[in-house]
Amino acid sequence: MSAPTAVLFDVPGPKARARNGVLGVVAVVVVAALLAFVIVRLAATGQFDGAVWEWILYENIQLALLEGLGNTLRAFAAGAVLALVFGAVFALGRLSDHAWVRGISTAVVEFFRAVPLVVLMFIFYFGMPSVGVTVSTFTAVVVGLTLYNGSVLAEIFRSGVQAVPRGQSEAAYALGMRKSAVMRFVLLPQAIRSMLPTIVSQLVVLLKDSALGFLILYPELLYQARVLGSSGQLGRPLLPVAFVVAVVYITLCLLLTLLANRLEARTRRSAAATPVPVDGGA
Amino acid sequence: MNVLIDNLGEFGTRFLGTIELFVLSAIASLVLGTVLAAMRVSPVPAMRIAATAYVTLLRNTPLTLVMFFFALGFPRLEIVDLSYFTLAVVALSLYTAAFVCETVRAGISTVPPGQAEAARALGLGFGQSLTLVILPQAIRAVVPPLTSVQIALIKNTTVAAGFSVVEAGGIYSTLSERGYSTLVGLLWVALGFIVLITPMTLLQRSLERRWAASSGGVRVGAR
Repeated sequence: MSAPTAVLFDVPGPKARARNGVLGVVAVVVVAALLAFVIVRLAATGQFDGAVWEWILYENIQLALLEGLGNTLRAFAAGAVLALVFGAVFALGRLSDHAWVRGISTAVVEFFRAVPLVVLMFIFYFGMPSVGVTVSTFTAVVVGLTLYNGSVLAEIFRSGVQAVPRGQSEAAYALGMRKSAVMRFVLLPQAIRSMLPTIVSQLVVLLKDSALGFLILYPELLYQARVLGSSGQLGRPLLPVAFVVAVVYITLCLLLTLLANRLEARTRRSAAATPVPVDGGA
Repeated sequence: MNVLIDNLGEFGTRFLGTIELFVLSAIASLVLGTVLAAMRVSPVPAMRIAATAYVTLLRNTPLTLVMFFFALGFPRLEIVDLSYFTLAVVALSLYTAAFVCETVRAGISTVPPGQAEAARALGLGFGQSLTLVILPQAIRAVVPPLTSVQIALIKNTTVAAGFSVVEAGGIYSTLSERGYSTLVGLLWVALGFIVLITPMTLLQRSLERRWAASSGGVRVGAR
């Protein structure tokens, strides 16, 4: 039990232990009942029948799912790299000494943080053709992911640089360094170290957001699940396929989250680095 | 401009749908999230484990997948017939509750331990010290980040567009049927969201500034 919450209650005495025991049993029963109900409904509607799971043995279906996974990862990788670049550029813009650069960067970042990612993807995929530009689903997904997550990353980078104690940059200027040298050799190395967990957490968001490609029919995992799931030949195994896809998605996200948690634990251990407040809200 | 004026009714209906989705899911997610947070700090291990498992699972699942399960999977279970709108509200609430829970829990830990110790010394039980002493003081640290979570929620309502729910994001289909420019229409939708979100962002920032001085303040990633 972590320290801050253990303070909320005393070490239980005999009465409290009995009461907590009863509450614990009630909680277990409620959760078990919910799960059992779902499983009974699943069984009753034939979701566990061999016939609707047969697809898992077909090689071409396995390949189709793998292709979906490949497309998800491709969009994630391209989106992540471009978003990091976009974020770095606009964070520098927001930290610029020139008011007009700051103004433009702030406007761009605030705009893309406020518009829902789905609407961004729709604008590129459904909107652009009405002015004669055809955009592939892959491009629409990647551009959407880049603009939205890049803007959030720009805010993360900016707050990371600003969280470095002021004395650091003052000392560097006193040594005669120029603006770019201060940024490159003093601020960024310290900022990146403290920002790393937050950046990885944002990449988890990006991976989750790549599933939005489903809405514009980008052939990623969820789309494949929909196609396979509505195939009459296979007995329309929508739920079985969705379960498999869910396991894949959740495993991928959990792995990235674990990485973020480990980085954070490492940052916390080294007293030198100050953790950056997370502002992934928008 | 024509795109907006000629289709004003359509824009109105769809934005009303968005707001309805948002308000219902916001209320449900705040209630459920707070209950989950209470479970996560409770003295009953089974509750702590259940709430932790729920939050970890939902936070690492794409919202589209949650919506997929409810909109397309749930009807296959043949339990009750629910409209796509209701199912979307359920999916959005369950998803957002995990983020609300994390925010409230982080807020609880900003209240100085002396407060909880004093409450216990006065003989208050877990429920009493949480509802009478801790949560009222945690509100200050929790409201600004909760606003961020709710901003994320109103943007997430657009995911319902992929599951036959009438809301703002899906307007492109009507516009292209009627032969209007979908690009202009979607840009108006983007502007609409900025109009909806700006007051919330301003509120969040002013609360953050006003309350930051006295308490540490919590910021938890949303979405």
